[in-house]
Amino acid sequence: MIKNISNLGDAAVYCDFGTEVNKSINSNVIKYFNSIKEKKFKGINNLTPSYNKLIISYDLKLTNFNEVKSYVESINVIDSITSVSKKIEIPVCCHEMFSMDIKRVEEKLNLSREKILDNFLNKEYFCYMTGFIAGMPFLGDLDKNMRVQRLETPRVKVPKGSVALTEQFANIYTFESPGGWNVIGNTPIDVFDSSKEDKPNLINPGDTVVFKEITLDQYKNFNEQ
Amino acid sequence: MSNNYFDIIRPGINSTFQDKGREHLYHIGIPFSGAMDNRNYLIANKLVSNKLDSAVIEFAYQGPHLKYSGAKINFAVTGDVIFKIKKKHTEIEGNCYESYQIENGDEINIISTNKSVYGYLALGGELDIKFQWDSCSVNTKANIGSNDGKKFNTGQRINLKKINSVKDIKKINYINTKIENIRVIKGTNFNYFSEVGKKNFYEKEFIVSKLSDRMGMRLEGPKIENIVNTNIKSEGLIKGVIQVPADGNPIIMLSDHGTIGGYPKIGVVASVDYDRLVQISPGSKIKFKEINLSDAETLFRLYEMETQNLLSQI
Repeated sequence: MIKNISNLGDAAVYCDFGTEVNKSINSNVIKYFNSIKEKKFKGINNLTPSYNKLIISYDLKLTNFNEVKSYVESINVIDSITSVSKKIEIPVCCHEMFSMDIKRVEEKLNLSREKILDNFLNKEYFCYMTGFIAGMPFLGDLDKNMRVQRLETPRVKVPKGSVALTEQFANIYTFESPGGWNVIGNTPIDVFDSSKEDKPNLINPGDTVVFKEITLDQYKNFNEQ
Repeated sequence: MSNNYFDIIRPGINSTFQDKGREHLYHIGIPFSGAMDNRNYLIANKLVSNKLDSAVIEFAYQGPHLKYSGAKINFAVTGDVIFKIKKKHTEIEGNCYESYQIENGDEINIISTNKSVYGYLALGGELDIKFQWDSCSVNTKANIGSNDGKKFNTGQRINLKKINSVKDIKKINYINTKIENIRVIKGTNFNYFSEVGKKNFYEKEFIVSKLSDRMGMRLEGPKIENIVNTNIKSEGLIKGVIQVPADGNPIIMLSDHGTIGGYPKIGVVASVDYDRLVQISPGSKIKFKEINLSDAETLFRLYEMETQNLLSQI
């Protein structure tokens, strides 16, 4: 299932599952992720599954690339423990006060603001992975006519709650952070809660997400209800 | 309520509690964090007879000014740092890599780091702070760790749960070596860049930008031209990865980095050079030098032996 294994620097193994992004490749990544996580190989200190890659970080004081690579090649992959996937509704306000890249998206896609929001809102998204910043979900897939590249220079600060697009994906900035995605709205809810150490993420890989548009007034009053 | 505590008179620019950092959380978006310069972190703890993985105060550029109340306690500062110790009738200039004993009413004033970025203040005892996922390390971007995941603020108090009974004064002769040449291993997208781009990457100088912090170090210099695609499908990142966005200016991922990124990876900083990389201050020049995996592993082993050797001398 892994197409190629190489080193990423001297403290990580880079497992390539292919170049496509689809649920079938992603579920292979997750199977490996679960299997390796389960077995606790000496020195492995982090795993990062993504659409079609798995990065295995290790402590170079305890092991090295060849040991971890051989281990990955030898493991019996267990079928991922099927967790219950949830359907989550995320309120989003697309008022111009939040949608700072809507003009750019309109120009790049040659679509009107209304058409873009219409496409974006009337859709169910699959969560492929979480990360970049704590709890940020990577959601797909946007239709072919909705795909736009990252900003040429990433922003130093993207506001917390920003809902943004890049290529076939949407995401939510769970914290203020640097970032290069095209921001089209903002959600008032907390998608990450560090006080819940067991389950800090509202959205997890495998979950389904829908966005529901709210007005600026609803946004402002959201946390006072 | 603790009877032994420090009042923060001046917090400094970026003072936080740090320790070894946290593991096994990349998949939900939480990086290692932890002390940026691991060797100086370990030495600081050893100088005050703490366990090596204890919490310390990390500061950048200007450090905190603290006033102590309580029973006698040892402290030590590591890095390349200018600091003062104010006692009842005297004020002395402190030396790094040496422990000092202070008592009720004394002050520690960390003026600045000298042509470097990070310094460490270890207190001989156990701090009364919150742990999240087995680490006190503050990640200000996600507000995780002790002190509500925030840097120090004026008027706050640092409480100690206990003070070490061993109060020997310890010292080691150590000078931080500075480096300009950072050794890097080829990244997984090395071939996305033009011949001129690759040549510039290894041969030209880059300047560390002011927009550098615990998350990343941004560089300015010759543009690294991409001839394949300026985006990749978002995938995992690790400490030391050098990403090149469409504008051609490299960004090096540091300890509080985002766990996932979509810019091509031209290289990864060899682990052996990480502690010294983070100490390169904005405005300074750096150059990259290619190294293969097996040399990087050997050099790290030697660096680690040197660190252990230093610790055993304390």
